[in-house]
This record gives sequence, structure tokens and C-alpha cells, in this order.
Amino acid sequence: MLLADVSSQKIKHGHCEKIFEFFSSKTHINLTFAKISFHNEGNNKNVGSSGVVISAKFEIKYLQFLNPDGEVVTKLPTFASDAKKLIPLYEGMVLTRTYDAKAVALQRTGRLGTFASSLGQEAVSVGLASAMKSDDVLVPSFREQGAYIWRGVGMAQMLQYWGGDEFGNQLAPDIEDCPPSIPIGTQGTHGTGIAHAIKLRGEKRAVVCVFGDGATSKGEIYEAMNLAGAWKLPIVFVINNNQWAISVPRDAQSATETLAQKGIGAGIPSLQVDGNDVIAVKYAVEEALNRARKGEGASVIEAVTYRMTDHTTADDATRYREEKEVSAQWKQDPITRLRTYLGNEGAWTKKDEERLTSETRQKVEEAAESYLALPDPDPSSMFDYLYETLPDAYVSQRDDLLGRSKK
Amino acid sequence: MSEVTLVEAVQMALNKAMEMDEKVIVLGQDVGPDGGVFRATDGLHEKFGTDRVFDTPLAEAMIAGHAVGMAIQGFRPVAEIQFMGFIYPTIDQMLNHAARFRNRTRGRFTCPMVLRAPFGGGIHAPEHHSESTEALFAHMPGLRVVIPSTPQQAYGLLLASIWDPDPVVFLEPKRIYRAPKEQIDDDGKALPLDKCFFLKEGSDVTFVTWGAMTVEVLEAAMLLESEGISAEVITPGTIKPMDMETILQSVEKTGRCVIIHEAALTGGVGAEIAAQLAEKALLSLLAPVQRVAGYDTVMPLPKLEKLYIPSAERIVEAARKVIEYT
Repeated sequence: MLLADVSSQKIKHGHCEKIFEFFSSKTHINLTFAKISFHNEGNNKNVGSSGVVISAKFEIKYLQFLNPDGEVVTKLPTFASDAKKLIPLYEGMVLTRTYDAKAVALQRTGRLGTFASSLGQEAVSVGLASAMKSDDVLVPSFREQGAYIWRGVGMAQMLQYWGGDEFGNQLAPDIEDCPPSIPIGTQGTHGTGIAHAIKLRGEKRAVVCVFGDGATSKGEIYEAMNLAGAWKLPIVFVINNNQWAISVPRDAQSATETLAQKGIGAGIPSLQVDGNDVIAVKYAVEEALNRARKGEGASVIEAVTYRMTDHTTADDATRYREEKEVSAQWKQDPITRLRTYLGNEGAWTKKDEERLTSETRQKVEEAAESYLALPDPDPSSMFDYLYETLPDAYVSQRDDLLGRSKK
Repeated sequence: MSEVTLVEAVQMALNKAMEMDEKVIVLGQDVGPDGGVFRATDGLHEKFGTDRVFDTPLAEAMIAGHAVGMAIQGFRPVAEIQFMGFIYPTIDQMLNHAARFRNRTRGRFTCPMVLRAPFGGGIHAPEHHSESTEALFAHMPGLRVVIPSTPQQAYGLLLASIWDPDPVVFLEPKRIYRAPKEQIDDDGKALPLDKCFFLKEGSDVTFVTWGAMTVEVLEAAMLLESEGISAEVITPGTIKPMDMETILQSVEKTGRCVIIHEAALTGGVGAEIAAQLAEKALLSLLAPVQRVAGYDTVMPLPKLEKLYIPSAERIVEAARKVIEYT
């Protein structure tokens, strides 16, 4: 399925094609991430008798391996050749969903602050994280808990942050992944800065920078993509397109046929994938990361998914979208899809499911208990981490706070 | 020792910092072969190359955000914004990220970046090139705002800002970029942040000012001297956090204070100084604190900008008012 295709038409004079071979010759899929054709004669274009030449054209490809019924529609990549190898991805998505459900329950019972669930979007988060190496750097939005969990961040720490304590973002000192970015799309340029640091040090690693469909309306995301294209930075931008910027649907956000093509505007190879197909997300991000590590520059991957629940626990999506639209989307569910495939392949049984349900629930309950047992942060911490050394000018304010908090 | 202008001192400090630490990198619009629109990065690209000096695309928010990303990775980026009037797209990054990263990660990330920009009027520049909006940044917890007033301060405070482990907005008074000159040593010595500097000692009235206003303030101090009034002139160097101790000690000595800044009066940094004097030095004061500031108008275009920028005459009048107060 080609969602946007300005089909190729050879131009006789001064015509070039810049084809990004994302899927290297070693892989079996001969699919280009994006094809940008452009006329490169600057102001000396030979317009011929028609008076017009095409200066650039592009197409955006869409990738899917498993359809919503769990059937293979594209020959599976090597990592998926044995269905058993996909079990960790399935378990990662189930764990993410269980964590989200617990976090929402904690919020509803007054034990957690406002929380953004990733219900329905687990394949994007888990898929992109599973494509990363441990020394790659994740620069997430605030809805990538599946990626955090996959990369080893403790669920208790994540709850600690959403429970209102900055120490939940402290993590181990050597973790380079960024904390959730709450101001939409502002992390795009952190991604380019980190990628630039990596490039300057000559390291063979890369950045995965994630943001939602809403963020693609912001100028700063274009600024980040534009720089990454111009400087060939080792970064993969993943657009987690869940179709809704709180209450504003995708088609009201932008007239572009795809969000991936916004990357084309920055000269970056861009691809659209089925964001509910964890194999497609993992495969595309892996290929893009390989390109980045080889010094071939940035990529944009739009993962098309759907936000199955409210924007956050402070939102009520029934105010702006029809319940039947949401219920229809359950047919696309990433978890059911993979479970169906695994079951059909004989790699997953009812017993496996029971075991996973019980183990997952236990892990999440333990994390929640650890979180709930945490003491409140030391009041002085609001001053202790403001600057490396608290300036003299603010010492009396800290003393005032400490005097009060001791009472 | 060599006699240099303030903008040359900025260039010398950048050059020295880059010599001293390879983690120091320079980025911004036209900072490369062009050497910056005011030549503050002159020669750096030639000397340190394309791996240390980066001409960025024209996108201020990106420049700040990219610097944040590099800083949390251990670099010491010094980013240039060409004019204060174009700095506002960076506010999101400076307030939401640069100033918060240490705090929101409880010390896992730090953001040792410097955002440099020339500010202030008086050079007949086009619209949006002449504002003094340091108070916007002075209101942001976690940031430092540094404003040098002399070539020596520009050199020493820029080095200190680059070595500072926290983000600094470094605002350069462009009206005095090219004059006066000052003899300075290119010795790599930083000046202290968060400390006031004395431009002149005196006993009857304390002037607190910064940036290019030091020209008019020193002129006013000379005029008053001929009338037998001795003015002390203090420049904070670091606007946030402010070294109020030094200002308080001076005001306890003189009993009178006039704060002078080019920025608009309401909500200016002078208001904070006046408030702290009211809180902490009321009984030392012999007269109400006065502020001489830019009017609460839009910064005028060059035809009227001279009337906007506080003149020596306005400063002398304010000084007489506090001296004659009974």
C-alpha cells in the first residue's frame, strides 16, 4: 500500500534520483525508504518546449509484515524467521499494557498524578526500543513507557516520576536516555545535539528521538529534522502517530498525505510503517539505526497507530470522538495481532498466556508496592539540584523552607 | 597586555576557552568563516576548524535546543544568537530544558552551555535589534544571566560562564562593543560570577547599573563630582543571581541608591534590587530608592532611541533628588 505516491517519471535533462536504500542488499526486501527525485541544474534548468520541468518528486512507502488478522503479508525479516524469537516482543507489549492499566488505576484512586497511557500504542514503543542497542540513546516523548521498560528503567521509578517526584528521573548516572519531554516536540533538537556529540566523538551509535503526530505541527520539529538532514546526523526520528493531538484528529492537523513526508521536506529518507505491527516498527528502526551508525545520516519513520484511550487521565475523549471509532480500532490491536500469529505458528499456548498474565501482574504489583513505599523527597532537594552549588542569593530561601518543613 | 575592545575581548575569551578545553564548541548563525555579524567569533573557524565551530541553519530555537543536547552529553557549547530581538524562540528551550535538566533528573544531566547575544540600543540598528530584555531570563530559576560592562569583564566573565557547570545567558552590550578599549591580559583567568564589581568608589550615592549604561552613569558621576557629590558605581556582572550583599553594604555606607538600566522600567531587574533594598536596608536609606530606566514603551527605532535610553542628565537629576530629599 502506497499512501502517497508521486510516481516516477524520468525527465530527460539534468535529472537525478536520490534513492535511499534503507533495506540493504543483504536483506531480502528491496524496498526503499523514500525516493526523492530532483532536478539539479540550479537556475540553468533546460525547460525545453513545455516551459516546465519537475524539480523534485517523492514517494512514501508503507511497510507492514503482519496484517490485523495476524497473517504474514510481507516475507518476514530474519529476526522474525522463528516465531519463538518474537515472544519477548509480545511479553514487552503485555507488560507495558499491564503497567499502563495499573498506573491509571493508581491515578483513579488518588495515588498517582496525571498519567498518559499508551494503550494501543505498545508496538511502537516496544518495537523501536527492541531495535536499539543498549548504548544508543533514547530521546522520548512522555508516552514511551514501553521503550523505557524494554531498556531497563524500573517501573517503580517511572511511577515515582508520575507520582510527583523528580527523583524518578534520576536513574543510574550512566543512563544517557533522556527523561520524558513534556513540552511537545521540544526534544527534537536535544536529539540532534546528542547525535552531534556522538558524531563528533566518532562513536558507532545513534539516537532514537520519538514524538507524536501533534509535534509534527511544530516548527521546532522541522528545525530538528532540517539540521539532521543538513549535517547527516546519526538520528532516527520516530513519529508515533496515534491520530489524535488531544482532541484534534490527524486530518485536522495537517494537509499532508503522510506525516513521514515532512521528513522529505528536510531531505531525509522517510518511511511509513504499520505502528500496530511490532515487527514492522522494529525492522524499520533497526535498518534506520544501521544507516545512522554507518554515517549515512538521519531517517524519519512514521508509525501509524491509534490512541485507544484518553490523552491523559485528565482528559475525557468521549467529548470529541465517537465510541464506535474507538471500538473499531480494537481490530488493529498490536497485542492480539501478534498473539494470533504466535498461536497459529504453535509458539504460544493458552498456558503460556496464563503464565505471562500472572507473572506480569506480579511484576507490576511489586513495582507499584515499591513506588507506594517510597518516602517523600527531601524538601531541600528543590534547592539542591537547582545549580551545582546553591548561589548565596538563595540560601536564605532554602533555610526558610527547611525551617518550615521541620515543623 | 593588549588594548582591546569589548567584542575583541569576547573573541579572545572564546579562543582561549577553546584552546584550554576541546569540549568547548561554538555554534550559531554566521559564526564560521564570516566570524559572526559583530566579528565576535572572528578567526575561530580558521583556527579550530569545522569540528569545533559550526554555522547552523537559521533557526534560533534549534540552536538553543541543539546546544542543550550537546551540553547534556558533556560538551560545553557556546551558542550565539545574533541579536536579543531574535532570542525569544530560545526561551522555551532555556526555561523548560536548559535551566531544568539538572533539577528534573536530580543531577544525572547537567547543562553547561552559554547562550550569547548582543543586546541594547544606540547603534542605529533596524527594528527588533535594540531591545534589553534581560529581565525575562533573570526570572528563570536555574539560569545565570551575566552582563559584562567592560572589556576585562567580558573576557573574565565569559570564561567563567563557559566553565560554569550550569547554563548561562551571556548578554553583550553592543553599544560599547567597539569603544572604550581596555588593556587586558590574555591569561585565561576567569572573573568570579555572582559578584559585583566597583567601577568607581564614592560616598554619597550608590549607582547600580550594567552593560552600556555604564557610559552614561560614569558621565553622570563625573558631572556630580564637579558639584561635590561623590557617587559609587557598582555593576553586578551577574544579574541573576544578584550579589545583593555588596549593594547593601554600599547603600548602608551612602544611604542613597539609584538603579539605572536601559530595559523598560516595569518588572525590570531594577525593581528586584529596589525591593530587596526596601526589605533589607530601609533604615539605612536617607531617601527613597530611585530607578532610571527605559520607558515602558516599545523600543523606538533609531530616530527616537536616544530619548529612550537613559541620559546622563536623567541620572544626575535622580541623584540630586535622593541627595536633596528631606
